[in-house]
Amino acid sequence: MYSLMQGFIDPALLAIVAAIITGCAGVPGIFIRKPGTGQVLAAGLSLLSALVGVPATLALLFAQSTATYTLAWGLPFGPCELAIDPLSAFFLLPIFTVGAAGSLFAVGYWPSATHRLSERGLTFFYGLLVSSMAFLVMARNGLFFLMVWEIMALSAYFLIIAEHELEQVRRAGTIYLIATHTGTAALFISFSLLAAQTGSFELPATGTLSALLPVSTLLAVSALVGFGAKAGIMPLHAWLPAAHANAPSHVSAIMSGVMLKMGLYGIIRTLTFFHDIPLLWGTVLISAGIASALLGIVFAVAQRDLKRLLAYSSIENIGIITTALGGALLGLAGHNSTLAYLCLSAALLHILNHSLFKPLLFFGSGIVIHASSTREMNLMGGLGKGMPKTALFFLGGVLSICGLPPLNGFVSEFLLYLGLFSQLQAVNLVALVLLAPVLALVGGLAVIAFIKLYSSVFLGTPRSSGAANPHEAGVTTLLPMAFFALICLLIGLLPQYAVRLVLPAMNCFIPNSTVAILSPQYTIILGRLSLFGILLAAVLTTVTLYWRRCLRQAPLSRTATWGCGYQRATSRIQYVSSSFSEIAVSVFNGIIRQRIERPALSGLFPRPSLCIDQPTETILERIIAPLFTVAGISFAFLRRLQHGRMNVYMIYIFATLVILMLWAH
Amino acid sequence: MTNSIIHILLALSMPPLLLGVIAKTKASFAGRVGAPLLQPYYDILRLLQKGTVFSTTTTWLFRAGPIVALSTTAVAALLIPLGAHPAPISFQGDMILYAYLFALGRFFTMAAALDTGSSFEGMGSAREATYSCLAEPTLFFALITLSRLTGSYSLSAMLSSVTPATWLYAGASLLLLIGGMFIVLLVENCRIPFDDPNTHLELTMIHEVMVLDHSGPAFAIIQYAAALKLFVLGAFFVRLVFPFTSGNAFLDWGVFMICMLLLAVVIGTIESVMARLRLVRIPQLLVAATILAAFSTLLIIR
Repeated sequence: MYSLMQGFIDPALLAIVAAIITGCAGVPGIFIRKPGTGQVLAAGLSLLSALVGVPATLALLFAQSTATYTLAWGLPFGPCELAIDPLSAFFLLPIFTVGAAGSLFAVGYWPSATHRLSERGLTFFYGLLVSSMAFLVMARNGLFFLMVWEIMALSAYFLIIAEHELEQVRRAGTIYLIATHTGTAALFISFSLLAAQTGSFELPATGTLSALLPVSTLLAVSALVGFGAKAGIMPLHAWLPAAHANAPSHVSAIMSGVMLKMGLYGIIRTLTFFHDIPLLWGTVLISAGIASALLGIVFAVAQRDLKRLLAYSSIENIGIITTALGGALLGLAGHNSTLAYLCLSAALLHILNHSLFKPLLFFGSGIVIHASSTREMNLMGGLGKGMPKTALFFLGGVLSICGLPPLNGFVSEFLLYLGLFSQLQAVNLVALVLLAPVLALVGGLAVIAFIKLYSSVFLGTPRSSGAANPHEAGVTTLLPMAFFALICLLIGLLPQYAVRLVLPAMNCFIPNSTVAILSPQYTIILGRLSLFGILLAAVLTTVTLYWRRCLRQAPLSRTATWGCGYQRATSRIQYVSSSFSEIAVSVFNGIIRQRIERPALSGLFPRPSLCIDQPTETILERIIAPLFTVAGISFAFLRRLQHGRMNVYMIYIFATLVILMLWAH
Repeated sequence: MTNSIIHILLALSMPPLLLGVIAKTKASFAGRVGAPLLQPYYDILRLLQKGTVFSTTTTWLFRAGPIVALSTTAVAALLIPLGAHPAPISFQGDMILYAYLFALGRFFTMAAALDTGSSFEGMGSAREATYSCLAEPTLFFALITLSRLTGSYSLSAMLSSVTPATWLYAGASLLLLIGGMFIVLLVENCRIPFDDPNTHLELTMIHEVMVLDHSGPAFAIIQYAAALKLFVLGAFFVRLVFPFTSGNAFLDWGVFMICMLLLAVVIGTIESVMARLRLVRIPQLLVAATILAAFSTLLIIR
């Protein structure tokens, strides 16, 4: 494929062109007065960029080579290189795919006709976000990297506050802005240290720095803080739930599906600079990862807001990926290529998988919230009957994210389990296997969270008038969902082929020759999973056919659900999502509470009253929020510098420049 | 090949017999004659011929629930070795597929229950979800211990490498392990003291309350799938407790069947002499089981 494309045009150039197209997708809309035309044009351009970008990226990925371009810029920070190596190409795949899918989804979900005020800005910044992420993974100059990083962070901010007339949306946006800039500050430290170390802003090549130098530790820590805040690794996740919940759903989809991964990309890229990575680094990543996975999913279980639940589950998935990445580092440090191979392939495959099923779920949640005009799961229900297609695709996403076979989430978790178990006979890393039961618990909790979500949204009967008359979504919204559901199923059924997407990108840590030695053995095992997927499908078909035959031979009747003799059941008699998760939440009482305000009932015929329950996150309330208060008080004096007078701000900048110049001399 | 055929035939035909033996044991404890041993077979055959009632609230998921539950258990039955005979299919890491297949079946059973919109079935699935989630780590600790003890990464290899010599070498660890696994066996199959498959008080039930609305052939499928699950999980447990291999293929099959029947008698005895636990105690016991299994792992990997 590569050579074929090479004959016509360089695929790397095509990828860059695709990134530029998607960045400009929202521009015509600003100038076209007729509402809607700009949005449709933007969706068309995004699709075009995906059609150009994805094949080009695949060609680059399988060619396993690095294509480099130098951007002619006049800035005094060294040459600005854009390079696409297999790792960049791997991350470009979800950027182009989810970018185009979200753009198409927006046409039906956020139509200009009903959202005229916000639509233009949304379309423009959406394109900018996708484009900046594409350039981020190509950037090989630290300063250029930080620039596109800021463009990404700021366009995400403008996307989050699309509905800025609502107070909670503005608040979520502000928290996001603080978090992302704290992260960027850490990245400034990290990239400055890097430049001081190498003498230029160009990112060093793979394995050129020693991890044993003291400055390397500082560099890695600040990179972990900066990139971890973007990825949502605990305890740097505070911004994530509110931002994802309050943004429009296609924005949540691209933020959760792709933007969080940019944090992970940053961590992976930074780690590739070093050789002799100590065991400690892997241990730190594993600890942060497993804590994020477990706490993230425990919080998810307690949520009653549909999108907050999905946001917390993103933290869980990022946690699983970080754990796997940590395992890979331990494998590298211990010169254990099996462990490194399995964990790294699990991490990369889970990155890909999460960028498929999470957008699917966020798209679905957008449709559902639109149909029932609430985000509150306790007020939904029975939507599956009115929107069967949405319900079906959503179910695909739910099964994938729970890591159930035969869907894609299972494949990456399976690889991680294999990696952990592979150390059982080893001498030094045996304790690693103790992560397996924790992961199993995380898997079990994910099932609780998502069966709660799915059942309270789609199953049973409507719990409020808003959810009573759902209508199936339009083609432009269903098509992206169907696409992601199909890919999830395909990866799950044919994991032995899907893993080939991941193998080239692994050369960032593991030499190609080692991958080539190890991969056949595990491809065979993945082939067995594929066999079982097909076997399961066959057994399912047989049982279904037999059951239908039995069904035809005997009378069939329909009646109301069995109410133990009670004839006049109402929809209010159903279990709501909060009651479903109550037992599970009570087990994790120390970390999260379901604060319930029960009214006092008195008399033989108590009056109608209200029972309120609200999940409260202990870590956020007890540790992080007080920290912010302390920071607010101790930095109060700085507020005097900020008074809104533009001319004085300019003086600040000028004075800083002069001082820096004097200092340099 | 012969062994694979026997494996499949046995897994298809034997499970309801275990339910019959349990019922018979309970009857004899209570001083009754009890239903014939083959009663569960008659029940299933009768149900297959009955008509079906669907709730108007339900969608296709309600119909899919029993079918997926049976299919996943049946596929899992192909992975588990029966006694001294290895499973028809085994590969590195198949124990993880084994654990997750049950999770898939459970997911659909719970979804089917919640599809009816009944509060009872909501209660049942909330309990099932929580308890099975807490039981999951126990199974994984057990798998780790076995994997470490035997140096193998598939169910067949793991369980066939457990020999009387293993018991002599790591008896304490295995004892803790089977303690934890027995609790998992009881809770996964909804037996006393965790759940009572015969109770008629919907408020206190777990599994039975989830299937209140199923009828006719679908209910037959549920009954059969429950029996198969007992068989599949029981086979795992029995092999750990009685790890002898005679060398004669047919003798081994006989020994395995006797062991399974004995397990059914033990379960029947427990159901006769114990009361059901209060619901709030169940999570505590499940965590205790996890800790037992974790101890066994620590003893082995220290």
